[in-house]
Amino acid sequence: MKPAALSITDLTVDYPLADGSVVTAVSGVNLTVAPGEIHALVGESGAGKTTIGNALMGLLQAPGRVAKGRIEIGGKPVDIRTGRTDGIVQGKDVGAIFQDPMTSLNPLFTVESQLGETMRHHLGLSRAEARRRSLELLRAVGIPEPERRLKSYPHQLSGGQRQRVVIAAALCCGPKLIIADEPTTALDVSVQAQILKLIRGLADERGVGILLVTHNMGVVAEVADRVTIMLKGQVVESGPVAEVLGAPQHAYAKALIGAVPRVDVKLPRLPVPAQESPGTAAAREQVRARMGGGEEAKAGVLSVDNLVVEYGARGGFFGGSRVFRAVKGVSFTVEPGEIFGLVGESGCGKTTVANTIAGLAKPTSGSVTLGGLPIGAKRGGVARKALQMVFQDPYSALNPRLRVTTAIAEPIAFYHLAATKAEAVEDAALLLESVGLDREAGARFPHAFSGGQRQRIAIARALAPRPRFLVCDEPTSSLDVSVQAQILNLLKDLRDLAGLSILFISHDLAVVRQMCDRIAVMKSGEIVEQAPTEELFAAPSHPYTRELLSLVPSLDKIAREPVAV
Amino acid sequence: MSLAAPNRPAKRRRRLQMPVSVMIGLAVVVLMLAIALLAPWIAPTDPTNVASFDLMSAELPPAFMPDGDPAHWLGTDNQGRDLFSAILYGMRVSIAIGGGAVLVAASIGVVLGLLAGYFGGWVDIVIMRVGDVILSLPTILLALLVSGIARAIFPEAGTAQWAPVILIGAIAIHEWVQYARTVRAATMVEASKDYVRAARVIGLPSLHIMVRHILPNVMSPVMVIATINLAAAVLTEATLSFLGVGMPPTYPSLGTLIRIGNEFVFSGIWWIAVFPAVTLVILVLAVNVVGDWLRDRFNPKLKGR
Repeated sequence: MKPAALSITDLTVDYPLADGSVVTAVSGVNLTVAPGEIHALVGESGAGKTTIGNALMGLLQAPGRVAKGRIEIGGKPVDIRTGRTDGIVQGKDVGAIFQDPMTSLNPLFTVESQLGETMRHHLGLSRAEARRRSLELLRAVGIPEPERRLKSYPHQLSGGQRQRVVIAAALCCGPKLIIADEPTTALDVSVQAQILKLIRGLADERGVGILLVTHNMGVVAEVADRVTIMLKGQVVESGPVAEVLGAPQHAYAKALIGAVPRVDVKLPRLPVPAQESPGTAAAREQVRARMGGGEEAKAGVLSVDNLVVEYGARGGFFGGSRVFRAVKGVSFTVEPGEIFGLVGESGCGKTTVANTIAGLAKPTSGSVTLGGLPIGAKRGGVARKALQMVFQDPYSALNPRLRVTTAIAEPIAFYHLAATKAEAVEDAALLLESVGLDREAGARFPHAFSGGQRQRIAIARALAPRPRFLVCDEPTSSLDVSVQAQILNLLKDLRDLAGLSILFISHDLAVVRQMCDRIAVMKSGEIVEQAPTEELFAAPSHPYTRELLSLVPSLDKIAREPVAV
Repeated sequence: MSLAAPNRPAKRRRRLQMPVSVMIGLAVVVLMLAIALLAPWIAPTDPTNVASFDLMSAELPPAFMPDGDPAHWLGTDNQGRDLFSAILYGMRVSIAIGGGAVLVAASIGVVLGLLAGYFGGWVDIVIMRVGDVILSLPTILLALLVSGIARAIFPEAGTAQWAPVILIGAIAIHEWVQYARTVRAATMVEASKDYVRAARVIGLPSLHIMVRHILPNVMSPVMVIATINLAAAVLTEATLSFLGVGMPPTYPSLGTLIRIGNEFVFSGIWWIAVFPAVTLVILVLAVNVVGDWLRDRFNPKLKGR
């Protein structure tokens, strides 16, 4: 029998701190990847999954060290002090695929030199031979027109093509093991589906063992043979995919899998691992009371009418005009208290629509009105205050030099929603509580918080001017599933309790299904289909919608217990 | 966790990583600043007081030379002023004008850079093209032009009272461009970040967003440029004074002292020029060493070297 592509026994990775204490990032992990097998390593941020990947490639960050354990690649032991193996060369026998295809290729090298250099270095091939092999590899990873692409630079390739080149580079020396760290996270669903198929094919045809590090349960269900779930550096459950995902045993594994939004059924609330404190509920009720209930609190209809947005220099200093039409005549309305979903792949113009509605981009033609008032017309005006936005990246959404309370109290003071400064600070503390944070958290700076906590702060800030309408641009796409479930529930509660209308923009169809009352599907700047959620999922009428739906990697194929609705 | 944990010890180590040369430089800068500040209390005589001039003891050599007077340990100048006192006061003047020029240039540059970066469009084009035109002229040429014009239309411009103001203006008119360019670029980066966009959606006025949100996040490069420019500004002031369009001989800066001494160098009276010049070199060198180190430290591309 062939030796396992990778075998890890009792691996422990420590990060010694300056004060003498030690943070154990990974403790006592056992893991085996057979040749031709895809082994998924899942867990939330901080679970230690990337640390394992780095330890295997000898890329542990400076003070980190393998404290204990044994790693064997292709049956040969790795020296845990140096991260090297006799006869095993990083880049030759172990290939790596990283998350972001934008940054994992050198922008100054052509595809040919990216691939060729490695082979000439490791395998001692001649230039012509390396070129021939590069062509073969490009064909193997399914890049169209491989001869032409050899001469291309990374910026001339699309995201999916770049990731294919990265995979080709990982394959070029015939590795026994490939470590793929979130290989499809930065890609659109349709491209993701192709790349996953390619990875599956590599395992089947070449007998390469693949360690797939991911946080996406759908991806695991789609391609992996075995899965290991990690929590805080330890393995909580491991086994064949169908067993672990279908009938998880460990409480955390159950909670984690339960928190993944389902595409098949709409649930009233997403299951959340942790329960919220009674204080949070009380604070939320108070916030709701302040925002005012009843009919007059309702936003009025948001109406987007034949919106066209163009980018590019027209005229300009040296004349000439290159205009890019990002949005080509989009119309829709969002009723008061409705959650309206806008879905589509990257570059379809959905973010431009959001920016225009929020007043961050100017429409070329067409109009956006909220309750009959034009949006963004007057600074500090009623329409401005009524519409707020939650951004995608919680790390850049907060000013690093403002304390959290200051940031939240700023709009309260600006709109004179509190009589005194002390009251504004009190309001800010209440908002923090209502999104599930401690009121003491307000005294700290944003860097003290995790991504999910920051997104809660960003939502609290968006609620501070007491808006009627919230634009959410991919509010959970950079968050862990359990945190995502909490944020989504929070947004739902705000709608249910305070009558907030929400424009919810996402590329994740499962999330959209759980959240939205109606959905519009965008493609190349146009809305191709618009329908109530259940209708759209049950009977998509446009071929593009059908294609999108069929490509979503989903857990639901592996029996999750059906839920009575 | 895996990212945050290893960062802490690394940061602590970096703080201690100040090369010996920088430590010496920093010590020299602090010492000279202290001396300049305390000059009236340290200096044996007041070189700006005409009553202290004593032509009988003019051009005395330093105390360690054969004819030296122990009362004037660096000798005296052509007016009989104690050279040591003149240097202390001169350093005070040089640093004050250099610092003033940096402050004025930085203030103008930061404001214009913020405006250009935040609003873009015509505001940006006008500010940056004016800056380009200014940068196409050498610093000294522009400063000579400004002080020349100032003297022509304003007869008081050469007096001890007004000369510093003219000098600060003449230097700052060239130096602000560098701040404006840096701040503009940093502002453009910050303005595209979501926290600024969020502030715009909230409806906060542009001025508030620029001052409260963007400014604190673009200030660290400004501090670095300011340090490096301090040395350049001190040198420019010295050059102008040396050329006779700077501080008057009755209230000399280091440059003025070098100019006075320059006339006597070939008659063997070297000390009037050499001691102020050495002081200037030490001051500029020390500031530059610290400035270069700051620049490297704040440059993310050089991190870890």
